[in-house]
Amino acid sequence: MTKNRIDAALECCKEAGRKALITFITSGDGGYEVTEKAVLEMEKAGADIIELGVPFSDPIAEGPVIQYASERALKNGTTLTGIFEMVRRLRKQTDMPLLLMMYLNTIFRFGTERFFGLCQECGIDGVIVPDMPYEEKDEIQGYADQFGVHNISLVTPASEGRIQMIAQEATGFLYCVSSNGVTGVRSNFSTDFDTFFDLIHKHAKLPCAVGFGISGPEAAKKMSGYCDGVIVGSAVVRLVEQYGADAPEKIGAFVKSLRDALDS
Amino acid sequence: MEKVGRFGQFGGQYVPETVMNAVHELEAAYDRYSKDPAFWEEYRTLLRDYAGRPSMMYYADRMTKDLGSCKIYIKREDLNHTGSHKINNVLGQILLAKRMGKKRIIAETGAGQHGVATATACAMFDLECEVYMGTEDMRRQRLNVYRMELLGAKVTGVDSGTGTLKDAINEAMRDWATNIDTTFYLIGSVMGPHPYPTMVRDFQKVIGEESKAQLLAAEGQLPDCVVACVGGGSNSIGVFYDFIPDKSVRLVGAEAAGKGIDTKLHAATVAKGSLGIFHGMKSYFLQNEEGQIAPVYSISAGLDYPGVGPEHANLYATGRAEYVPITDEEAVQALEYLSKTEGIIPAIESAHAVAAALKIAPQMAKDQILLINLSGRGDKDMQQIAEYRGVKIND
Repeated sequence: MTKNRIDAALECCKEAGRKALITFITSGDGGYEVTEKAVLEMEKAGADIIELGVPFSDPIAEGPVIQYASERALKNGTTLTGIFEMVRRLRKQTDMPLLLMMYLNTIFRFGTERFFGLCQECGIDGVIVPDMPYEEKDEIQGYADQFGVHNISLVTPASEGRIQMIAQEATGFLYCVSSNGVTGVRSNFSTDFDTFFDLIHKHAKLPCAVGFGISGPEAAKKMSGYCDGVIVGSAVVRLVEQYGADAPEKIGAFVKSLRDALDS
Repeated sequence: MEKVGRFGQFGGQYVPETVMNAVHELEAAYDRYSKDPAFWEEYRTLLRDYAGRPSMMYYADRMTKDLGSCKIYIKREDLNHTGSHKINNVLGQILLAKRMGKKRIIAETGAGQHGVATATACAMFDLECEVYMGTEDMRRQRLNVYRMELLGAKVTGVDSGTGTLKDAINEAMRDWATNIDTTFYLIGSVMGPHPYPTMVRDFQKVIGEESKAQLLAAEGQLPDCVVACVGGGSNSIGVFYDFIPDKSVRLVGAEAAGKGIDTKLHAATVAKGSLGIFHGMKSYFLQNEEGQIAPVYSISAGLDYPGVGPEHANLYATGRAEYVPITDEEAVQALEYLSKTEGIIPAIESAHAVAAALKIAPQMAKDQILLINLSGRGDKDMQQIAEYRGVKIND
């Protein structure tokens, strides 16, 4: 089996001694074309991995920014099938790692085997399923493994006593949620990061990336000190909300500012 | 390996990692205190002295004569303190929250009955209380919003989606994940991640236990059929549970068919739903082919939910219980019928059960017994029913 693009990209970051930049965008928000252009802009601006959000009617792990983006995307007629088609088009233009961030019911309803088969066929390298905890991951793990797709595990400040169990079986990277609650930019964090990341690094043998609440270059730089990469979502999605069809360029500039901060 | 919290293939714990420790903590606490006689003693004392249990078993003489078929009995959960069966579950969970040292209680509510019961218990136990409620439901159930606020609760409107129960649950789950260290999520129905469906059922099964004893005392026999309305399914599982092993007892759930199950405007999950994973559980949901949860509709805010508790899903899948759709119009007619025939104004939710009983009773024999669980009273619905009938009662 060929090497998963996520693993290759993270190894590449490690060798180059740089922090991985992972960005998120809600698929179909503003239309597939906006998403496609934004993905390519983000790649050009220095993103290492991109998470494509699959809009869901009831995204219980999301704050308002991504909730509204999901609503807009669904109103546009965005579907999982449409997203796979978009990924096929993207794969003709880019070889960067692409993940789907989505809710379990979307996979379950589509048919788990069919879903992961299509992931492999279209070039999706991983999935993040925020409403599927470790205890229920058998729901998808078998097919994810069979088709070479990473099922990305999450740990949060409320994961005390669970980090070892989760990290041991995690693949790709460990998604470290910066604070309890939902996605969305925060002006301050109440998490004790030293303690949280000490625990994580004690148990995790794979790359770790931190996400939830990172608003811009300064926060990205600061948070990157704790681990191997940062994940920025709502701040990107907000640009789509603000600029619509003109968002891809703005997103490119924003991601460039994140890249520069991480490399500084 | 048999996974915990399953009813056949249904149930489970499909929640974000952030709340997993809290779910396990709750599981452990419930496991511990449900084996503690002192816990149940306190619960039973509260049910008796505060909620007014046992609730009455009423022989509906005029209705029986009018229908000329089987004997009809009505379990009067509407006479409980706060006006519905919801108080049974709330008192149980509040006692648990107290023992777990939680200071802040959150809840979701549809019709407002669970919210009112929660606000009531929080007032009595001096706990901070925040209730999430869809803005459409706040409009339909203004009186209950005022009641909750009067009781000292904060009512937070939820505007997303259809502004109904499902959206209130989404927001309560987000709050729970954010304030996981301090907050106890007091779920109002037999839904959500394990242990809620089991725990809530255990706090509601008193309805069926009392019913069985009361009917055996009055008639010396079990009922032949038990009817209850089903949204998430807490009053129905409560009245069904003790009868599940009694195979001669037919169990019928009445779900909300809104404008009809062949329209898009209904909440008939069993009739029209399919297997899915949502709100912490694997069960039946109203959804499209892409797994997007459907915007459901019912005149009854309490039944206006696109899913059903996992134990009901299993009772249906195994053929132990049946579920019938009841339209808005049938429910309103049943509400009017029971009011005029027995002098009992049922909640619009419970009126769905009455409507199902009106269909089933004529097929039964004279010496048979049909039990209706009247889960709540209709005071809260007067404004809306008047509106439905085109009667203006307010300026």
